[in-house]
Amino acid sequence: MLTTDDAQAEHYLRLRRRLADGDVADVAATLAELARQVRQADLAMIRRAGLGHIGSDFSVIDILVTLYGAVMSVDPRAPLAADRDRLILSKGHTAGALYAVLAQCGFFAESALETFAGPLSPLNGHPNRTKVPGVETNTGPLGHGFPVAVGVALASRLSGSGHRTFVILGDGELQEGSNWEAAMTAGHHRLSALTAVVDRNMLQQGARTEETKRLEPLADKWISFGWDVRECDGHDHRELLAAFAPAVGDRPVCVIAHTTKGKGVSFMEDRVEWHHKVPSQEQATTAFEELAR
Amino acid sequence: MTDTVAAAPLFDCRKAFAEELIALATADERVVVVCNDSVGSSNLVKFRELFPDRLINVGIAEQDLVGVAAGLANGGLLPFVSAAAPFLTGRALEQIKADVAYSHARVVLCGQSPGMAYGELGPTHHSIEDLSWIRAVADLPVIVPADPAETRAAIRWAAAHDGPSFLRIGRFAVPAVHPDDITFQPGRSRQLTEGDDVTVIAVGTMVSRAVDAAARLRDEGIALRVINMASIEPLDEAAVLRAASETRGVITVEEATVTGGLGAAVAGLLSQQRPTRMRILGVPRTFAPTGSTEFLLTHFGLTADGIAAAARQLAGDGPR
Repeated sequence: MLTTDDAQAEHYLRLRRRLADGDVADVAATLAELARQVRQADLAMIRRAGLGHIGSDFSVIDILVTLYGAVMSVDPRAPLAADRDRLILSKGHTAGALYAVLAQCGFFAESALETFAGPLSPLNGHPNRTKVPGVETNTGPLGHGFPVAVGVALASRLSGSGHRTFVILGDGELQEGSNWEAAMTAGHHRLSALTAVVDRNMLQQGARTEETKRLEPLADKWISFGWDVRECDGHDHRELLAAFAPAVGDRPVCVIAHTTKGKGVSFMEDRVEWHHKVPSQEQATTAFEELAR
Repeated sequence: MTDTVAAAPLFDCRKAFAEELIALATADERVVVVCNDSVGSSNLVKFRELFPDRLINVGIAEQDLVGVAAGLANGGLLPFVSAAAPFLTGRALEQIKADVAYSHARVVLCGQSPGMAYGELGPTHHSIEDLSWIRAVADLPVIVPADPAETRAAIRWAAAHDGPSFLRIGRFAVPAVHPDDITFQPGRSRQLTEGDDVTVIAVGTMVSRAVDAAARLRDEGIALRVINMASIEPLDEAAVLRAASETRGVITVEEATVTGGLGAAVAGLLSQQRPTRMRILGVPRTFAPTGSTEFLLTHFGLTADGIAAAARQLAGDGPR
């Protein structure tokens, strides 16, 4: 089990306090810089390991950074605190993005990222809660995180803890029927402290979602299941912050975050082959240059 | 110890399950039950009356059922999942693996009406594969109580255990083979009859039938050692190895397919550590024909007579 990086955790908590008092422009600018650093760290991890899901990672990073940077109440020094907000990454193949964000928050030392996917590393290709603090449930097979998040939200209500629960779903992942079982349960119980975030990049592993198995009209599906739907640009931190505001009323919230797979590197953006392709040395050099701008 | 149980009163273990759950929930407000439109079949009507907020019915949705339970555990509650064993283990196997066992979520999975308890409803509703499937999942104890007292004891143990567990809760009525005040310990079996000729290792509905077989064979001069191996995983390896060294052969018997349950566990141990003559009784790798539970158990030889016949074979031929 990895353990807290105390210095980095202090740094993170100071940043949170500063952002809590900052204006939206300041917060958004800070989140953009954090996201840039996370993309660089993730690219380095994937280059070192020779595997990973870089396109999917870069799609979800702004969502993760916004949640950890300015929305969720978590303390990396007490990763199992009973009243913590929960983030469940149902699209577990983007573990690299999650690891880079958790390290940035101080849940564990950034040096651990160098072991990503190496022999006996706690940082598996998919996240493991028994080895990585901050991970709430083990994901990887798709369609698993959402029911677990519904259970967490039900527990929050039953125990009176009042914490918020977030679950991040890939758009292609919504083809798994278990998600709609969970959507129905959350709608039925009016779990307003639950927010489902759809990383809507329009691509799945093999092709575009609408060519593989049509998801549209996606918002209508969620609305019909009893959810309050908010749509936003999934790379615009201001829009994400607004979308993550607590529920108004008694319905759970679905944020459809319109994203671009491979966001931030020109030759990866919206290209299906970058789902889990590993950049060559030359491509990595170009990518690092673009991410440095 | 019980010598003969043939004429004893019979019990549905689901009743003991429901009563014990109410006792636990009364004492510990973290206890919740998650079910899949299975309030009636799990005998949970009274639980719902007493604790309406703590019975979460996700409807007919087994993947959601198990995932939600894992989430409830994450949120600090102590969830018992109660669902018909065939659908719990078949439909939600990946959730059991990833969300519960691999995630080390403290969830008690209760497979109701296992084996061929649904008799005439047919193989879709039989749960004979569950022991093979669940035993293959790491870090998940597999427990098959034999009677009401052991059902209660196993539930109490599971509630206190710091990790997940799978319990098979029987519907087919069985006699009591244990006193009321027993406790359950994983990896520990119970020897129900003394005997140095042949050993029968049984679970669940088959335990009382093995005890009956021992009574019949006693008149023939064959001393049968009956072991109740309610904890299939972890297995009581010492008791198995002792039985192999002290008796002429080992019979396993379970109301499940023989591909990977109790018999496979015992055979896997003995073939590598102390090769022993064995008979593995259970349902062969076939879908059952139409019939009541009692008819099907007889059809597959899962009776005191069937066990006794296997014991005579092992007692009669070959060295110890």
